[in-house]
Amino acid sequence: MLLLAGCGGPLSSLDPAGPAAGATAVLWWAMLIGAGVLTLMVLGLLAAGFGRPRPVREGRWTVGLGLWFSIAVLSALLAAGVWVGERLLPRGDAVVTVEAHARQWGWRFGHPDGRGGRIETDGTLHIPAGQPVDVIVTSADVIHSFWVPRLAGKIDAIPGRANRLRIEADTPGSFDGLCAEFCGLGHAGMRFRVIAHPPDDWPAVLETLGEETAE
Amino acid sequence: MTDTVAAEGVGDATLDIPANPPRRALGLHRELSRVWSNDRGWRGQVTAVNHTTLGLRFMATALVFFAIGGVLAMLIRAQLATRQGAFLDTELYNQIFTMHGSIMMFLFAIPMLEGLGIYLLPKLLGTRDMAFPRLTALGYWCYLFGGLILLAALAAGVAPRDGWFMYTPLSSAEFSPGINADVWLLGVTFVEISALAAAVEITVTILRQRAPGMRLTQMPLFAWYMLGTAAMMLVGFPPLILASVLLEVERAFDWPFFDVARGGDPLLWQHLFWMFGHPEVYIIFLPAAGAISTILPALCRTSILGYGGIVAAILALVFLSFGLWVHHMFAIGIPHLALTFFSAASLAVAVPTAVQVFAWIGTMWKGRPELALPMLYILGFFLTFVMGGLTGVMLAVIPFNWQAHDTAFVTAHLHYVLIGGFVFPMLAAAAWWMPQITGRARIRGLGEVAFWVILIGFHGTFFVMHLTGLLGMPRRIDVYPDNPEWEVLNLTSSVFGFVMAIGLALFALDLVLQATMGQRAGRNPWRAPTLDWAMSLPAPTFNFASLPGPRQVAEAAPDRTALALARGEGLLPGAPRGQRELLVTTAADARPDHVAVLPGNTALPLVLSASIGAFVLLMLAGLYALAPVALVAVAALAWRWHRGLATLAAGGAMVAVAPRLALPVQPGRGRSLTHSGGVALLVADGTLFAALIFGVAFLHVVAPGWPPPPAAAETATGAVLLVALAVGLGVAALAAHVTEARQPAGRSLAGWAVLGLAGNGAALLALALLAGWVMDDPTAHARDALRGVLAGYVGLHALICALMAAFVLDQIRRGEVPTSGAPSGWRLWQDFATATGLVAVAVVLGTAAVA
Repeated sequence: MLLLAGCGGPLSSLDPAGPAAGATAVLWWAMLIGAGVLTLMVLGLLAAGFGRPRPVREGRWTVGLGLWFSIAVLSALLAAGVWVGERLLPRGDAVVTVEAHARQWGWRFGHPDGRGGRIETDGTLHIPAGQPVDVIVTSADVIHSFWVPRLAGKIDAIPGRANRLRIEADTPGSFDGLCAEFCGLGHAGMRFRVIAHPPDDWPAVLETLGEETAE
Repeated sequence: MTDTVAAEGVGDATLDIPANPPRRALGLHRELSRVWSNDRGWRGQVTAVNHTTLGLRFMATALVFFAIGGVLAMLIRAQLATRQGAFLDTELYNQIFTMHGSIMMFLFAIPMLEGLGIYLLPKLLGTRDMAFPRLTALGYWCYLFGGLILLAALAAGVAPRDGWFMYTPLSSAEFSPGINADVWLLGVTFVEISALAAAVEITVTILRQRAPGMRLTQMPLFAWYMLGTAAMMLVGFPPLILASVLLEVERAFDWPFFDVARGGDPLLWQHLFWMFGHPEVYIIFLPAAGAISTILPALCRTSILGYGGIVAAILALVFLSFGLWVHHMFAIGIPHLALTFFSAASLAVAVPTAVQVFAWIGTMWKGRPELALPMLYILGFFLTFVMGGLTGVMLAVIPFNWQAHDTAFVTAHLHYVLIGGFVFPMLAAAAWWMPQITGRARIRGLGEVAFWVILIGFHGTFFVMHLTGLLGMPRRIDVYPDNPEWEVLNLTSSVFGFVMAIGLALFALDLVLQATMGQRAGRNPWRAPTLDWAMSLPAPTFNFASLPGPRQVAEAAPDRTALALARGEGLLPGAPRGQRELLVTTAADARPDHVAVLPGNTALPLVLSASIGAFVLLMLAGLYALAPVALVAVAALAWRWHRGLATLAAGGAMVAVAPRLALPVQPGRGRSLTHSGGVALLVADGTLFAALIFGVAFLHVVAPGWPPPPAAAETATGAVLLVALAVGLGVAALAAHVTEARQPAGRSLAGWAVLGLAGNGAALLALALLAGWVMDDPTAHARDALRGVLAGYVGLHALICALMAAFVLDQIRRGEVPTSGAPSGWRLWQDFATATGLVAVAVVLGTAAVA
């Protein structure tokens, strides 16, 4: 519990609040346990090496442990990684598609207003909770990176390209995001916020937003 | 112990070279010292070309840069210790972390491993110097001057500030005005001349200068590791050099390679950078692993377990490391399935690493490990590197990478790999070879304390940093006012960072004390089995008074060998002809081939690198019209450089190497060291060209902003000129081939050399007409900029070949041709220039047809 308590925080990838971040966190804990076991194994073998000389079979070390053992471990890991990775991809239609447009040094977000137009906001992205949302990430100048650690992994904002990232928040709430790719003097302050609204409120939220931005 | 080593190190039984009669060791030593010593006084500092001097100088300079990079790291840690670090402003902070990374990579790690290879390889392989001593010196001066340019920029407050991987468009003229980015592009490229120089001569030295009887399959593992390193440097550095040249041309002349609005693509930079950047990690790791494979078995009083498996692992690493650069770019939006390939390759690269780790542990089981100081550092390596390797495996898993990429987790990982995989083994190597270098024994105690302080400091700094990253802290931020949850972690890292710095300072103090106050060391204090200990300590400039032969290689008993060699019982004893001589052997089975005469002390490398430096400074100052003047000086000095070689050739004389074994001096064609070096350099050059063609293909296929508006250049006149270019290069190639084939004919070849000159001249004329008359404005679109670069590449090579033809012509006039390798060299380069020229023409015609 103490361990997990240390894993919180508004930007913690270990405190997931969405399916993508959740699956990745599970992957992380599994890999951490595996890495711990492997480290202990190597250290144990090393410690056992400090003894009398003994006959060793070369093939057992280089081929057995070096080749086959590592191939077995890595293949399992690759399979797990690909499986999780495929599940995170934007497949099928997202309920909502929003835009994140990065510039030095801030974020402008675009939302559908439900009438074919867009509602633009600075610094805060609104999404419905409990539904997959696709974010189209673009840049006006240099390379930035869109990252909301509690919801999903990051994707770069690259001039000339539009990248798509799927995010989803399990429950309504506010989630911190930041620019992860170094982008010059204002990089450290290039933060933003994602507010996930209860799905039932979503049309009303858009309505209010539309009125606010129109003013 | 000796028995097992000897049994596995059996030399070539079919090669029996009788011993020379013993002589007085002191007389031999004096005779050789007269020929091989550096000049006296300050002159000796600028004219030295000796590998021992330069290897040590490389390592000492690298340590100075390590200290500077370390101070910058301390500034970073001081800034991050608290949330609102008010210690540095953001501009300065950005310069400091950029310089920290750049210095550690380009001015510490790479030169350090070059220095280690340059210092050790001739000694391990049983020869007297590197293949190209003047090139060693040239490399050193380019390294020093390039490094000083970067330091001067830091001192002046105009250091690079876009991160050590210099992503465009942040580093482009629009977003990075001022000379900061130019300093990086020009300065680092200047330094890379030394990397290419070292790679060429390390390759040639390992393949052609091993002691007779030391087959490729039996050479010390360190040589295998360095051969792999050198091969990777030859193929790894050219993409970075190309990328730097392209970006500098974009910044200076507005040719749009990376500008999306005009058909460029910032991702081209990332691809080219990481095609270098990932192999770079293994370029740094392999020499360190070579040191471990040398030290570990000797400290376990046994031989290495799984020599063949380790060699296979090295080759696999060299190969695989070029297939996984994209794992630095998992978040740029490449389709997941394509990423899976690179993820698999990134995981696969862990296999050869595991093979080595388990071979080393098996070696410890097989022997009786002694817990001496180098062993402590090797244990530190195991702990740290295994953890770093495992986090690397985690980062190769795509979903996890999407979370951890660009966070402190990656910072932690890369320091585990680089400090674990390079610094710890280098500290082990320093402890191991210091007696060899200084001839003095260590003062007990201090080194052990330093080890524990470094180990605790390192893990205290970087272990928690994994968690900092997972809690969301990105790289390269200077303040984090809204995230108190990162503060304790950062403070911990900062405190232990200073502990580590204290440990490294203690280590440096230990080195200084050993060098100045240590007691005399015995000849082979570690009872190591390798030839680097078969000499008096500290090593004389010529290493061996007579060179080891099959018998000494087979014995693997340096103590006995040292006496026999010092008394002149080995091959090619002394320096009776008053010149620097060594044996050249065949690449695979190390049979004696000929005797090479090496150039002596000269300031030419210093002057040449100073004129390259003048070019760099003129470019930095924006004096683009003046910069070519410096290149004229470079060409003139290169001419003098080769004249120096031509006058060394001693006219086909035979030299007594051993009783009943006389060898020719400098063979006429094909097999000289220079020829081998030329081939190695062209491998690098060809890689650069291939990277350029990759760039053309990448922008055509992937970049937004294509196809461009139709080009005015695609006219009948353009096609005619392209054909003229191809014909000119073809004629020059024919002339070069005839000249080489009929070399001994001497004067009658003048006509062919003139034809070669004319062919290259015609090619240059065609290019000049294309550029001035037909080609579109290169600033308009990336297509035109790429065509401009292709034209420049072909033109540069035609110019080089024209100079080589002129050089041959000059030699014919002097009556020198029959004994020198210049026609072979010209033919080699002309073949390359003609082939790349034809490919370039085909690419331009092909892409025009597609469009």
